[in-house]
Amino acid sequence: MPVSVANSRVIYDALKACGIRLMSALPETWLVHLIRMADDDPEMILVRLAKEEEGVGVSAGAHLAGARSAMLMQNHGFLASINGIVSCAQLYRIPLLMLISHRGEFGERDPWQTEGGGVTEELLRALRIPFARLEDPAHVAPRIRKAETLAQSANRPVALLLCRDLMWED
Amino acid sequence: MKRADALRAIYSRLERSIVVTIMGAVAAELQAIGHRPNFFYLQHAMGLASSLGLGIALSRPELQVIVLDGDGSVLMNLGGLTTLARYRPENLLHVVFDNESLLSVGGFPTATSTGSDLAAIAKAAGVPRTASVRSADDLGRAMDEALAARELATIVAKVEAVGPSGFVTDLGLLENRFQFARHLRQKQA
Repeated sequence: MPVSVANSRVIYDALKACGIRLMSALPETWLVHLIRMADDDPEMILVRLAKEEEGVGVSAGAHLAGARSAMLMQNHGFLASINGIVSCAQLYRIPLLMLISHRGEFGERDPWQTEGGGVTEELLRALRIPFARLEDPAHVAPRIRKAETLAQSANRPVALLLCRDLMWED
Repeated sequence: MKRADALRAIYSRLERSIVVTIMGAVAAELQAIGHRPNFFYLQHAMGLASSLGLGIALSRPELQVIVLDGDGSVLMNLGGLTTLARYRPENLLHVVFDNESLLSVGGFPTATSTGSDLAAIAKAAGVPRTASVRSADDLGRAMDEALAARELATIVAKVEAVGPSGFVTDLGLLENRFQFARHLRQKQA
């Protein structure tokens, strides 16, 4: 499976460097290494979800309890989480660090993944969620660090889009 | 049993715990009995109160967390029961007030009115301790047993579909949220 182990490691290490100690996740192909890294890390609390919206509640609880967290999901998981993002995280000013695998862009071979990619960025804009694309391992660590800084200072959700050039080795 | 009477009967247990409630009648009735800085009311995001309680329980194992849920909310996040059961934090007690109704939005019946059994669903999801109770005394007893056992429990309390005339209270949502977070921070210090 040509998901990049090296770049998954860069992402994981950047999250750890931000003090993330809880991750919620729902598996998807591009996230397999990240989830395994969290599972193998005794310092990380990994919460495997049944549906991504639960992760908004879990992260909100972690934040109120004083722990930094991150959410790993596919863009369709983001679509499934929007009510929780608006009616929990935005209503209550909860910082969320969302790492969203951005399926459905140029190069996508799976027909079933082609619809969500086209609406993801527009929905993030509509929700006024600041986001950045992660495409090159060189900018992963600083962008994750800056995203987490803004999430904490603004008490708002932020998103990082894990793009094909970073996650997939054709 | 009326939910307001049940809340009064279990209030001393809530005082000692970290409490997360759902929106609507539960939040308004608990605030009418007495708000405390260790109470957080999730006034929207139906279904996520149990997930939020899980996030607190996993992040702070030294705290006892009690989630006050409702049938309508649980039905919106049945998968969340499997997540609770998967991690089964021993410091999480999940109480579901089941009035078989979406009382806050017109009183339309939920699926528990036609036989869906939330305690049985929780048990089948893997929650290690479940109970269904019909009196305030039995609710208090079931909660005491679960707290003493230090075991994740879902206790379904069957209550009448009656509630307060209004749901908006004097406590601002963000005031509650920041006060609650500060309380948890001070407990850590």
